[in-house]
Amino acid sequence: MSVSNSPVSRMPAPLALATRVLPLLPLQVLLGICLREIRSRHPRIFDRLGSHTGKRYGLDPSDLPIAFVLEPRRMNPRVTVVRTLPSNIDARIAGPLSALIGMTDGSYDGDALFFSRDIEIDGDMEAVVALRNAIDDSRVDFLKESVAWFGPLATPIERILRSIVGAQPAYREEMGVGGG
Amino acid sequence: MELICPAGTPAALHDAVAVGADAIYCGFNDETNARNFPGLNFSREEMRESIAHAHRYGVNVLVAINTFARAGNVELWQRAVDDAVEAEADALILADVGVMDYCAKTHPQQRLHVSVQAAAANADSIRFYVDSFNAKRVVLPRVLSVQEIAAITREVQCETEVFIFGGLCVMEEGRCSLSSYATGKSPNMDGVCSPAGSIQYREENGALVSRLGDFTINKFAKGEAAAYPTLCKGRYQTDEGCGYLFEDPASLDATTMLPELRAAGVAALKIEGRQRGRAYIERVVKTFKEVLSALDDGRPLPVDALRGLSEGQSNTTGAYKKTWR
Repeated sequence: MSVSNSPVSRMPAPLALATRVLPLLPLQVLLGICLREIRSRHPRIFDRLGSHTGKRYGLDPSDLPIAFVLEPRRMNPRVTVVRTLPSNIDARIAGPLSALIGMTDGSYDGDALFFSRDIEIDGDMEAVVALRNAIDDSRVDFLKESVAWFGPLATPIERILRSIVGAQPAYREEMGVGGG
Repeated sequence: MELICPAGTPAALHDAVAVGADAIYCGFNDETNARNFPGLNFSREEMRESIAHAHRYGVNVLVAINTFARAGNVELWQRAVDDAVEAEADALILADVGVMDYCAKTHPQQRLHVSVQAAAANADSIRFYVDSFNAKRVVLPRVLSVQEIAAITREVQCETEVFIFGGLCVMEEGRCSLSSYATGKSPNMDGVCSPAGSIQYREENGALVSRLGDFTINKFAKGEAAAYPTLCKGRYQTDEGCGYLFEDPASLDATTMLPELRAAGVAALKIEGRQRGRAYIERVVKTFKEVLSALDDGRPLPVDALRGLSEGQSNTTGAYKKTWR
């Protein structure tokens, strides 16, 4: 796949524009719930992160006017939604939201996204590599887990979110590739 | 031919099993392993569980203990051998003669493979490993043409295994000191080429600049495919102009060479990439399963299906199709 012929979806412009004026607090609350769920369901992430649990990661969706500061602390992990990334972060991973999500659920290979220039990374590379490997091993399906608390409505909401974000569905469980 | 797949994590191993790997290679999370990256590899418990899982599906697991033991600290490598045997590894992939000697004497029933890191590139050196340590297989360095592979395979009393896809070292494996020169750490002793702690990327007037230690490795223009920050695939400014002095950034793809490799008598085909994610493992393994199936059925082989996963989004047949001699 050439650089100019990337398969990575971009967020529709009207939605990105809407995000510019939406309040961040509700999203912040939802992400906090999601992160706590991930912490309890995927403790191995923190083992693999090792000393990098103390780092501050900037996650910067290039197709949205917001960004996230992730602090994957073992006891009290935190994610903060911001309009602009602060300067005091250890590492930054930037790219379309679908690419960032796809790296978490195993739809995309991080190195391939780097080769194709779909993602940018800078800062503490050890921290970036550790986070990538920890999440890849954990099988976190970020979209699925973020809507799990909707109960019976989770599946249709997840489907809608995937179509908006352009994230590929996680085929692995259907293929029997789960169980890690 | 057996398809040998990489796994950097237990989840990747599970995926490789599920998509049909014949065997999987992996390593412990320490410097006994030539892919000693942060957050990667297997604890002792994960190794035991993962091998048991693979065995339930009839898949072999080969444990790579393929760095060179440090003088005064050989116990770390010996313990890795003991633990891999205890975890019921189907074979150990070893590079260091001292570690091989320990394995052969302490665990004489354990199947032993010679790692690509040992750089056994001729029949005489391979015979040494077979005669001395009862090596059952050698992973051939990526410096040989298919004709040379065929000649070696005919001459030696063990199986041969070759890489067919993934990152490609241009120097002879196990003997490259470029990473040590730039960072003080090497794949051979520390298990890491171009350690992440020495890598820097920065944006400069729209271009991506990569650095390793004190060296600027490359500058990728906007829209140009990027590559790993390794010295061997760096682009340098010289009196003759700017260019790739050692090798272009590209990954090995030997799909078109598979008929010749089969005719050469190669026993196993290896995919590089323990440092890659599950998406890479799944796609590469599935693709090569299809390629091998097409080869068996006499159908045309799918070509260039994996370019998007390759370094610099570019592929090469490397030394297999060597024409400069």
